[in-house]
Amino acid sequence: MKRILAIAHNTFRENIRDKILYNLILFALIMILSSLALGQLTLGNEDKVILDLGLASISILGMLIAIFIGISLVYKEIEKRTVYALLAKPVHRYELILGKYAGLLFTLLVNLAIMTAGLELALLYVSRAGLGAHLRILPAAYMIFLSLALVTSLALLFSTFSTPALSAVFTFFLWVAGHFGTDLIRFGEITQSAAVKWLCRVVYYVLPNFSNFTLIDSRHIIQSASYSRPIDLWAISWATLYCVLYCALVLSLTVCIFMRRDFK
Amino acid sequence: MPVVEIDHLTKDFYVGFWKKRPVRALDGLCLQVQKGEIFGFLGPNGAGKSTTLKILMHLLHPTSGEARILDRPTDSVAMHQSIGYLPENPYFYDYLTPEELLTTMGRLFGFRQPALSRKVDALLESVGLAEARKLQLRKFSKGMVQRIGIAQAIINDPEVVFLDEPMSGLDPLGRMEVRRIITSLKARGVTVFFSSHILPDVEAICDRVAILSGGKLQEVGVLEEILKAGIEGHEVILAGGTDETMDSARRFCKELRLMGDRLHLRVDNSRQLEDLLAFAFARKLELISVNPIRSSLEDYFRSAVDRKEPPDVRGKAAAGVSRNS
Repeated sequence: MKRILAIAHNTFRENIRDKILYNLILFALIMILSSLALGQLTLGNEDKVILDLGLASISILGMLIAIFIGISLVYKEIEKRTVYALLAKPVHRYELILGKYAGLLFTLLVNLAIMTAGLELALLYVSRAGLGAHLRILPAAYMIFLSLALVTSLALLFSTFSTPALSAVFTFFLWVAGHFGTDLIRFGEITQSAAVKWLCRVVYYVLPNFSNFTLIDSRHIIQSASYSRPIDLWAISWATLYCVLYCALVLSLTVCIFMRRDFK
Repeated sequence: MPVVEIDHLTKDFYVGFWKKRPVRALDGLCLQVQKGEIFGFLGPNGAGKSTTLKILMHLLHPTSGEARILDRPTDSVAMHQSIGYLPENPYFYDYLTPEELLTTMGRLFGFRQPALSRKVDALLESVGLAEARKLQLRKFSKGMVQRIGIAQAIINDPEVVFLDEPMSGLDPLGRMEVRRIITSLKARGVTVFFSSHILPDVEAICDRVAILSGGKLQEVGVLEEILKAGIEGHEVILAGGTDETMDSARRFCKELRLMGDRLHLRVDNSRQLEDLLAFAFARKLELISVNPIRSSLEDYFRSAVDRKEPPDVRGKAAAGVSRNS
């Protein structure tokens, strides 16, 4: 565990020194400009618009970091040969993978926490939303974090055997396709062919289902706050379980590939 | 009990679009390294030196054969606790300072603060990087990278250190510094296994050498014995001679030069040497020195590589793979 933490700490430090958190400036600009413009563009819908913009920005910026850092995590270690000195130490190969994964997750968590705080500030500035709506941003941010954890595991998997460009394409494809899982099932149900129906179902279960992480959106936050409805714990629990199991599976596959690799 | 045991180690790389065509980089290598010695692993580029070291470090999986270090297999994490490794042309995280790099590496061995800080300080001092402790590695010269590479390889006070081309690309001062570090490791009882193609450095510090070519072991032996076998004659220096003495001495030797008041003579065999010394004593000449003239390790290396069988297609391809890797 200590070795995993040492590698994770190093990965986090690498990300910070690579100026990854500069994306926060972009996020701050989006929030400031949208907050200033809202008074003139919306009529009493400031809460929803700022939440929509804020959550979408957090999700997309986080996803871009997860993909572009994730795809180079292992690839860069091999290309720059830093992996040689590392694996000659008393380190299991699976510890290297888990340490790298944990380091990037922590980077994403810090990034997400700062952006969520920024969204809160923007919400406080423009909206009339009560305390309930403010608190309900946290589960939404948590769900985004789960989706980023899943994207990171996929990027890491591809980075163990593919080039960064191809890994980015594969990961982005899975991220997009993973949002249309329920559409795939519906398509299977309306088709006449049993084979297509079966294929749609198989693909649905194999693809990561990112719609699990979009259950708490701006509409949900505002409505549940307005009617003082409790937070949907079932959706959060299911998303957490799904994320943990899917990531465990992807990381196991990543470790299996990495264990068999030769470092020429 | 040998510290490093290599038993019929073979490594094939698979190349081509479908990765079906095997090329042999290492062919049945058998070798043993004893405790406390400095072992030089020599060979031209593409000979299989780095491949061997990478198999020992468990960075490559052997196609067949076995290697053991400290009587443990190469994939043993416990064994890696007791060894150190400097890769060829090392590259470390360039956003780190040497202090941070060594601290991270120390944590992988389970060291804790404040003992780790003390160890890092001592190491930086011993490799001459104490002044640069806060400088990011991206600003390091090649010699400094090599020194921090050696420092990370010995942070755990290893029993065996593997150094892959530690002198490569260094200037004479840098090479001298690395030689000093290696000999100080030996003085502490550490076994040093290092690959190199810079022969004067090997000649200066190695106890035993192995010569590898085309993935096959060509020679292995104690350096002094190898060089002793190659004695080609003796150089004798005498003083106090006259022109007449010079003319008389010509019949005993092959070469003769007068430098100042000293006569430099070269004899080919021990019989000639005995005759020359008897002549010198009879003429009451002053004997300054008698030095054996022996072939250098470079000559030995060249002859060992030349003696090997002509490389087959697989051997050539293997050399190509190694160069490209």
